[in-house]
Amino acid sequence: MSVDVLVLGLLGAILGLDVVSFPQAQISRPIVSATLGGAFMGNAGVGLVCGVLLELFAHETLPFGASRYPEWGSSSPIAGAAAAAGAAVGGVPMSLLFAVPFGLLTASIGGWSMVQMRQLNARMARKRLDALARGSARTVAGLQVAGATADLARSGAIAVIAALVALPTVRWIAVQPAPLAPYAMPMLAALGGAVAAGAAWKMFHSTSGTRWFGIAGLAVGTGLVMLLSR
Amino acid sequence: MTASTPPVTPRASPAAAMPSLPASTRLAISLRLFAIQASWNYEILIGNGIGFCVEPALRLLPGGKGGEAYRAALARQSQYFNAHPYLSSFAVGALARAELEGQPAARIERFRTALCGPLGSVGDRLVWVGLLPICSFAALLLFGVGASAVVCVLAFLLMYNAGHVALRLWGLQMGWEKGLGVATALGHPILREGPVWLARAGTFLAGAAVPLAVMRLVDGGGLARTGVTLATAALGANTLVLFHGRVEGWRLALLAGFAALVLFLLRHA
Repeated sequence: MSVDVLVLGLLGAILGLDVVSFPQAQISRPIVSATLGGAFMGNAGVGLVCGVLLELFAHETLPFGASRYPEWGSSSPIAGAAAAAGAAVGGVPMSLLFAVPFGLLTASIGGWSMVQMRQLNARMARKRLDALARGSARTVAGLQVAGATADLARSGAIAVIAALVALPTVRWIAVQPAPLAPYAMPMLAALGGAVAAGAAWKMFHSTSGTRWFGIAGLAVGTGLVMLLSR
Repeated sequence: MTASTPPVTPRASPAAAMPSLPASTRLAISLRLFAIQASWNYEILIGNGIGFCVEPALRLLPGGKGGEAYRAALARQSQYFNAHPYLSSFAVGALARAELEGQPAARIERFRTALCGPLGSVGDRLVWVGLLPICSFAALLLFGVGASAVVCVLAFLLMYNAGHVALRLWGLQMGWEKGLGVATALGHPILREGPVWLARAGTFLAGAAVPLAVMRLVDGGGLARTGVTLATAALGANTLVLFHGRVEGWRLALLAGFAALVLFLLRHA
């Protein structure tokens, strides 16, 4: 258990660093990071399902500069790992019904922690404005390293705390009898689909011609659904 | 950043020959670009990151690292700056060249200020509302048609980072080539028309991917169960669009998810 938490903390720290500080390769996106978390717990497939659900929600939260947005890098791997840990001892739907909202909550807390860290970075920079104005290379590099280190520590701490809460909780929830469990996946899928479709409209509707592209895509998607659902 | 910067004497006229940038310096700048936001803060935003990225080029100034020209240039480049992180590479390349050409300090500072707006708005439309959602919806489409975890993850990362890395390196090259005339590069078809076509592709992919992803998520139960779930999602999407700007869907989902979890557990108890 403690080794799992430590490794997940390290994974969350690295993936959390990717969100803004380095290298912004989007390994922090839920579809990647939750899958990695699930794979670490031995079930990449359940991690992927958790990641897809979180990814659907993530379309609504784009990482625009100074705005506050959920931080997926440290939260998604824990959600994916929790889903896989629950699936190992009990039912997948109830594990996901815990892991997905838990991932959203942790991402929200992560977003808040990023704002605090940026304020800390600002205080560090303010204290060193004179050195920056003198052209001190040491100060410039020092601020970069300090910022990245603080971000790594921040995301690692969030991931460790989240893992400490999520793993035992999901193992308890997954083995509880839940007659309504078959409704969990349709509910989560409907919520995710609604948020992603609404987000797509918000992102693209102001560009000319997108309506017809959307209708064409919907026709292709619906056609494939009918074909594959038989 | 109110303290005055040491004066620097221009060493060349604007019409001077293009200075050369050694491969090792170019490589150092390219690598540093990936950490440009490491000290992002509410005081100078990515200003320190710009200084950090330009610094290897400034070592080529007369007097070398630590010389008067170097320190003056680094002080200028570490002031407030705001732009999209990927498109900041245009600024880094252009500013490195301007400094090595010995452009007047006041001109560099004016140019630096003028670059912030365009690099921010173009980058947001091209990357955050273009490349990123497209790659994400493409990965969801693959998931929907039954691709494995490895395929979904690798396809997303390869597609996204092909665009991401190319944009950073191309920006650095264009910035270095054009120098203070880099504004002309911002009229490049990729930057001007790219966001429009990415939005169209994104809408198509969203339309195709969301129903397929939902279908695979409900997995089993056939067309009726998938149809009901999709109809519910469409109704929810319409509601979110109607309340656009007032309601955030992911926050509602968080509350709904936990409420359902409690209900499902209590239902048995």
